[in-house]
Amino acid sequence: MTVVRISDDAAAQACGADEVAAAFAAAGATVERVSSWGMHWLEPLVEINGIGFGPASAADVEAILAGSCDKRIGLIAEHPFIARQQRLTFARAGKTRPLNLDDYAANGGWAGLIRARLLSPAALIGEVIQSGLRGRGGAGFPAGIKWQTVANAPGTQKYVVCNADEGDSGTFADRMLMEGDPFQLLEGMAIAAHAAGASRGYIYVRSEYPHAIAKLNAAIALAAQHLSPFEIEVRVGAGAYICGEETAMLNSIEGKRGEVRAKPPLPALAGLFGQPTVVNNVLTFAAIPHILLEGGASLYDSHGIARSKGTMPIQLAGNIKRGGLYETGFGITLGELIHDIGGGTASGRPVKAAQVGGPLGAYLGPDQFAIPFDYEAYAAADALIGHGGIVVFDDSANMAQLARFAMRFCAVESCGKCTPCRIGSTRGAELIDRICGSGSAGPDAVTALPQMHNTPGQPRSREDDLQLLEDLCETMKFGSLCALGGFTPYPVLSALKHWPEDFDR
Amino acid sequence: MTHAAQLEAIFAALRGTEGPLLPILHEIQRAFGCVDPAAEAAIAQELNLSRAEVHGVVSFYHDFTAARDPRPTIELCRAEACQARGVEALVPAAEEAAGTRVNLKTVYCLGLCSAGPAARVGERVYARLDATALVKLVQSV
Repeated sequence: MTVVRISDDAAAQACGADEVAAAFAAAGATVERVSSWGMHWLEPLVEINGIGFGPASAADVEAILAGSCDKRIGLIAEHPFIARQQRLTFARAGKTRPLNLDDYAANGGWAGLIRARLLSPAALIGEVIQSGLRGRGGAGFPAGIKWQTVANAPGTQKYVVCNADEGDSGTFADRMLMEGDPFQLLEGMAIAAHAAGASRGYIYVRSEYPHAIAKLNAAIALAAQHLSPFEIEVRVGAGAYICGEETAMLNSIEGKRGEVRAKPPLPALAGLFGQPTVVNNVLTFAAIPHILLEGGASLYDSHGIARSKGTMPIQLAGNIKRGGLYETGFGITLGELIHDIGGGTASGRPVKAAQVGGPLGAYLGPDQFAIPFDYEAYAAADALIGHGGIVVFDDSANMAQLARFAMRFCAVESCGKCTPCRIGSTRGAELIDRICGSGSAGPDAVTALPQMHNTPGQPRSREDDLQLLEDLCETMKFGSLCALGGFTPYPVLSALKHWPEDFDR
Repeated sequence: MTHAAQLEAIFAALRGTEGPLLPILHEIQRAFGCVDPAAEAAIAQELNLSRAEVHGVVSFYHDFTAARDPRPTIELCRAEACQARGVEALVPAAEEAAGTRVNLKTVYCLGLCSAGPAARVGERVYARLDATALVKLVQSV
């Protein structure tokens, strides 16, 4: 009987994978629901004996089974999009059934955990440091150093917390991993628990990801024996973007408002319920089992460039022809990613800009597409890698409106604890409106009051407004408690710097 | 089951949980469609918190609402990646189709950024929406 493999990833389902799977089952085929290869423009992707067909619909089923379908893409593993990648974290993507323990064990699962538990915590942490793995959530802090801090901190109860509050637009690698290979995340967390001496773990998942929540809960129940004595619980967020910030997330798990905490103390010393806590992103934990294999740390270290070691699951999103998940060593350029791999825009129009690193990342123009994908190189260009999401825009995008959206987004999602973020974001959106000519001109009711005698008395000019916007961004950047207010200036100032014409009235 | 008995069942199931407030709020929102002042008072009593503390948490998160909305809800992603794929052009038609019958809610990111514009109805997600597909979706809920 023909075995047909179709992904049950949310992106595949959203494109109609369930209907295609039902049609194959009705036609007498055996359907296996596997994880997604990450070629989202081809979803629903149908795989029969390694050969792919996509994007398939229920109407294509007969032709695919008869061998006469023109949506055939050849061997999936040899497709240029897949063959050029260096997949370590997503090595099992497309190949295993997400909740099948036999599939997981047969494809290298649990080997890292078994070996890690034979090592002393100090030796284990030494290997993680040697691998050069940096936190994949955005800040890029060396994972091994963080673990060492927690391991050395005094405390009887320590925690491992996985930040799966993937709220950035243009990112979906966490979601794909949780839905496609949940055991790998659990294995990575169990290894961290052994290193840090923690007995309990939490995975904080955003409520917008119901499929991931269901898969994780099922996976935790299935893998309990492998994880024991370590225990993991899924906590569901409640629609607050700010809870992706680690201290806000810890407050949220504790049952408080998701407000940011001042640092220090570091969560590694006083984190969840005041106890020493390892907080890492999904992709950081998921990279760990591979690193803990014999020789895995030096293999990981051999990928990448300079101080950005290993591989990064890059997410190609927005107006791009071939969008999806592309894992590769650091050092690849944005131009290669967008044009060679992504095939340019989906609309066929010229690329105007790409936003890298989510809503708080800078907009980069085509003249910056040669910058290598590397934490330090991006920082030098006033940009950030963040969680590795790339959102492509064609020439119909209005950069002033996107800059305004960044300010509005910050205003809507601010936790309200610090002033630059809470008030600066609202004032920023008003300023952009004024610069673009749609805001109110002249002195407002407040500046006209007698006690405001220090105001200039005449309306601000456009140049004054631009200067004020830059000053405001400076204040937000250096005065905010966390990255929400601190990084919102990146998209705003990059848009203003590279596309000033869009701000003309 | 009465309102109070339902609340008690939710509390009982989560006793012994570390930091139980968010799980409790999710359960109440699921069971009653809202977390109203009466529920806030009961939670405050159960967890030995002040009502202000409970209300502070309820009002902080977008997922919890003070009053039940009986209308069907569609969550439409309008974040940058979906904007890049043209979601804003679909909004007027969707709003017109929704009228007052459907609660058309904006969300920032469903994680379907390579295949937007995307929307979610309950546990079901939809991608590659154009104006026709989105209007049809709004009419179907």
